[in-house]
Amino acid sequence: MTAIDNARELMRPDRVWPFLVPPAAPVDVSKNVLLYVEGVSVSFDGFKALNDLNLYINDGELRCLIGANGAGKTTMMDVITGKTQCDEGSVYFGQTINLLEKSEPEIAQLGIGRKFQKPTVFEAHTVFDNLEMSLKTAKGIWQTLMARLSPTEIDHIDRVLEIIGLKEHRFMLAGALSHGQKQWLEIGMLLVAEPRLLLVDEPVAGMTAEETEKTAELLTSLAGDHTVVVVEHDMEFVRSIARTVTVLHQGSVLAEGTMEQVQNNRDVIEVYLGEEA
Amino acid sequence: MKRLLAICCYCLGLMLSLSATAAEKPLPSELEPLLQELTESSLSKAIPVLDALEAEGGEALQPLFSYMLEGDLYYIKSSRQVIAVSEEAGQETFIDMLSGSEIEPLSSRDIKKIRVNNRLRGHLRDAIARLQLGSESAAVRESAVRSLLSDLDENTLASIREARLNESAGNVKDVMDMALALYRLESAAEASDRIEAIAQLEGSLEGDVRNALNRIADNDPSPQVQQAAQKALVGIEQKVEFYAFIDQLFFGLSLGSVLLLAAIGLAITFGVMGVINMAHGEMIMLGAYTTYVVQLLMPNHIEYSLWVAIPAAFVVSGMAGVLLERLVIRHLHGRPLETLLATFGVSLVLQQLVRTVFSPLNRQVASPEWMSGAWEINPVLSLTLNRLYILAFALLVFFALMLLLKKSSLGLNVRAVSQNRDMAKSMGIPTGRVDALTFGLGSGIAGIAGVALSQLTNVGPNLGQSYIIDSFMVVVFGGVGNLWGTLVAAFSLGIANKFLEPVTGAVLASILVLVFIILFIQKRPKGLFPQKGRAAE
Amino acid sequence: MNWLTQLFAAGRTPGHRVLPFVTVLFLVTTLASMANLMLPESSPLHVSTYTITLLGKYLSYAMLALAVDVIWGYCGILSLGHGAFFALGGYGMGMYLMRQIGDRGVYGNPDLPDFMVFLNWDSLPWYWMGMDQFWFAMLMALAVPGLLAFVFGWLAFRSRVTGVYLSIMTQALTYALMLAFFRNEMGFGGNNGLTDFKDILGFDLQSDTTRVALFATTALMLGVVYILSHLILKSRMGKLIVAIRDGEARARFLGYRTDLYKVWLFVFSALIAAMAGALYVPQVGIINPGEFSPLNSIEVVVWVAVGGRGTLYGAVIGALLVNYAKTRFTAIMPEGWLFALGALFVLVTLYLPKGLVGLSGQLAASRERKAGKAAQQEAHS
Repeated sequence: MTAIDNARELMRPDRVWPFLVPPAAPVDVSKNVLLYVEGVSVSFDGFKALNDLNLYINDGELRCLIGANGAGKTTMMDVITGKTQCDEGSVYFGQTINLLEKSEPEIAQLGIGRKFQKPTVFEAHTVFDNLEMSLKTAKGIWQTLMARLSPTEIDHIDRVLEIIGLKEHRFMLAGALSHGQKQWLEIGMLLVAEPRLLLVDEPVAGMTAEETEKTAELLTSLAGDHTVVVVEHDMEFVRSIARTVTVLHQGSVLAEGTMEQVQNNRDVIEVYLGEEA
Repeated sequence: MKRLLAICCYCLGLMLSLSATAAEKPLPSELEPLLQELTESSLSKAIPVLDALEAEGGEALQPLFSYMLEGDLYYIKSSRQVIAVSEEAGQETFIDMLSGSEIEPLSSRDIKKIRVNNRLRGHLRDAIARLQLGSESAAVRESAVRSLLSDLDENTLASIREARLNESAGNVKDVMDMALALYRLESAAEASDRIEAIAQLEGSLEGDVRNALNRIADNDPSPQVQQAAQKALVGIEQKVEFYAFIDQLFFGLSLGSVLLLAAIGLAITFGVMGVINMAHGEMIMLGAYTTYVVQLLMPNHIEYSLWVAIPAAFVVSGMAGVLLERLVIRHLHGRPLETLLATFGVSLVLQQLVRTVFSPLNRQVASPEWMSGAWEINPVLSLTLNRLYILAFALLVFFALMLLLKKSSLGLNVRAVSQNRDMAKSMGIPTGRVDALTFGLGSGIAGIAGVALSQLTNVGPNLGQSYIIDSFMVVVFGGVGNLWGTLVAAFSLGIANKFLEPVTGAVLASILVLVFIILFIQKRPKGLFPQKGRAAE
Repeated sequence: MNWLTQLFAAGRTPGHRVLPFVTVLFLVTTLASMANLMLPESSPLHVSTYTITLLGKYLSYAMLALAVDVIWGYCGILSLGHGAFFALGGYGMGMYLMRQIGDRGVYGNPDLPDFMVFLNWDSLPWYWMGMDQFWFAMLMALAVPGLLAFVFGWLAFRSRVTGVYLSIMTQALTYALMLAFFRNEMGFGGNNGLTDFKDILGFDLQSDTTRVALFATTALMLGVVYILSHLILKSRMGKLIVAIRDGEARARFLGYRTDLYKVWLFVFSALIAAMAGALYVPQVGIINPGEFSPLNSIEVVVWVAVGGRGTLYGAVIGALLVNYAKTRFTAIMPEGWLFALGALFVLVTLYLPKGLVGLSGQLAASRERKAGKAAQQEAHS
């Protein structure tokens, strides 16, 4: 019986063999949702960092995630980018791409860029080199060995340098930059890569008010062409950029909506302000 | 053979203890003519004289026979007086056997040795064993019966039977029964008697019983007896195999205990502090040399030297560790690869230092008496005492350390620092001092390991080097920062090594174990018992 | 010509100095060779064949140091087992030289090397087949270490073994190989290794010209390897390798499969080491399992540390200096050498993190700091 079933399955006319799927298949966003996170749970040593988390990010959206420490914000990003394996659940990029099957580099090449909580740039390289390495190009060994910068690429890097305000520092070693400049450089590395989805972890930590404002402007302008997910503690900053806010609590979604809706949500008030409220 | 050796040892011991008092119990005077006869009779005629002496004198003759067996029995040419000459530390003592008292030293020209040959020696041994059947110590009686097993005759059997009647100790009785059964097996005329004897001997591990059964299985006229013997032999073989397995297991555990001792200090410095100390092996070496020096300083008290050496080695290696931490490692904090290189340099210097001070040759460290010898569980299984002690010692050190880390305030601090250095610092824990102390503790334990190793191998400048890779493997295999993991890893690697050895040879076995660990780390980079959670990231 | 100018232009960037390096190497090699072959022995400028061989030995060590520097200085992978690749390359060459002895051995067996006759073997083991062909032996001398590096690197880097774990594993690797090669049954001469070589490619190994040729070949290969390493490290791949050293996770999130980069760099480095080993053996005339000892491998690391890791010429300078010191030292007071070496390990890691070539920068920085302090104090008073 099973043999026949198998054969039938094998002969199905609409069957698409995995190896025939073009590797760089564009992300299928026909349902207008770019990222599906469904029923994801992660536990460390009995501690549930994520508990049946469900999250849907629309294409071109700018979404803010807030939540107390240990609410699972960073763990969620780890799961999406392939750094952490989840115990159960599914994570899809568009309609077809299962992110849980992919490694970190593969996920990055799909167009998911990530900025870390602590700025991580290559300190022994110049600002320019940092950006060059982040370019959206072939990332195989032979290609990088033979790579030459094309004029278009140089232009592109120059444009990003301008945006992040490091044009004069292009040949400075990244290690010599200030903390805020490193934050900018890391954002620049994301921009150069032209990702489909940006995951930004606490972008304004250590920035001045002016820089914060500039970041808010930048992130808002990115939305539309790109999809942006921002994790931030700074409520002012969140209010200034957010259209939709998701509140995480103990590894699952507590509330979702506009900033006002969220602020007036009873659960949120209870969690944030204590039982008596 | 071993048993004979043991008996001889016993006799030797007996003689030593007797010559220390330099006097024997006097012999009954009616033996004098027989003694005279002994000096006169030729080698071939001596046996009847000895038998007569044994019959007349009984247990009192044991020293005389022992001296004779050792070739220490002489007679004075002029008076035909039988004397014993025992030598201790170059000092000869002369004892008149008849009176049992010490006499004036004589020149070697005045005395003549009473000669013995192999046949006589065999006879003497049996005679001594027969006499010992009446000894007060059950252990002596038991070994006496065992030594008689290989050479049973009517005469011997008669004395065993007689002794069996008033024997009170159960295990001696068993051995005696076995001797009787063995004799019955070989001499009984009726096949049924022999089969009964076989039934009685079933399961015995004595070499003599196995030999006899083998003979019977091949040569007995009755096929039933042959069958019964074969069946008994199969059972015995199974038992022997089982004990061989236990023996191998013991050697594995023993290697494991050595690995544990060597690795446990590393588990602290590397596992808890995250500092890789390539000079760890040299800390072990320092401990071993400390033992050597301690023995040089107290040559007359080797028995107690270990009790001095253990704390001394702990202090010496511990101080070296603290110095190393203060002078080198502290400055390389957070740079593990540089730490590795610097400590490797230190290990080179320490090795060369020892070579210069003590010579590059290996040094022999004496084992105290209570550590030498073996614990004989049965004829096919005997565990050497030094390995047994070291096994126990390793476990003792392990649990003491566990207790220290769990219960003491130093342990609390160490655990705090290992889990989150910055947090610990801000809580007011003096991380610098804790680091130095932790390092000293780890190195001190390495020193103790050196004391234990000095009891198993020779002490040389390369002693530590040969253990460093193995102990790293143990720590990594067990999971960094997990003492239980180290324990399990040490013993499983030790046992694996010893069980592979007979199949593949020693070198290939260690290569295989290395390869296995390399592959294992591929699969589980954090070891058997990894630290979990976000702290491990 | 365009690529040449490009190459040398790039060579002027600090860290590699390709042009000066290649020039100095070429000059020294040519002068020393000529001084050996052309000048009579009585001339004060004559360079003895002993010196030539010594120089050749140093240069192959320099190549080994280069291999370690590429992997450690640039990619942060501290290999304590590069001696294994060096020795394997050496054994490849040694097997060829062994087969060249033919029936001139003590036992006069045309097919079997002496040690096999001694062990009563009646035929060559399969892995000795074809080693009498130079090209095949050289292929094996590179392929076997390369393959070993690939397998080891594949296993280690894919499961993300890093840092000291990796170092200890590489050390265990060379230790295991040492134990294995000490065994007679392995068929590599056991304890004694391979020695008593007679000639290479038909040239007598004892003659001056062969010695000079070997020295010159070593210099040439060092130059080639130097330029090749420079090209790789100057490319975007080279930048990425340094990036992996400083932030592997970040590089992974940029979409690079860092494990593959590390594996191939490890293989490249192992090939350099193997080549160094193959050039080393005909010059010193022996290869034995001692070359696998962990101490040898870790000594190479200290050459690189002394010279200055992360700069190609630093590795070469370190190898030459330390080995020269070792030669002098062991001649004067043999026991002192290990003291000196040990002290070198400690002092370099503590006080010279960038090695000798970084010393000038370090001094300048400390002078600046002092000047700054003085200025501050002045301002205070």
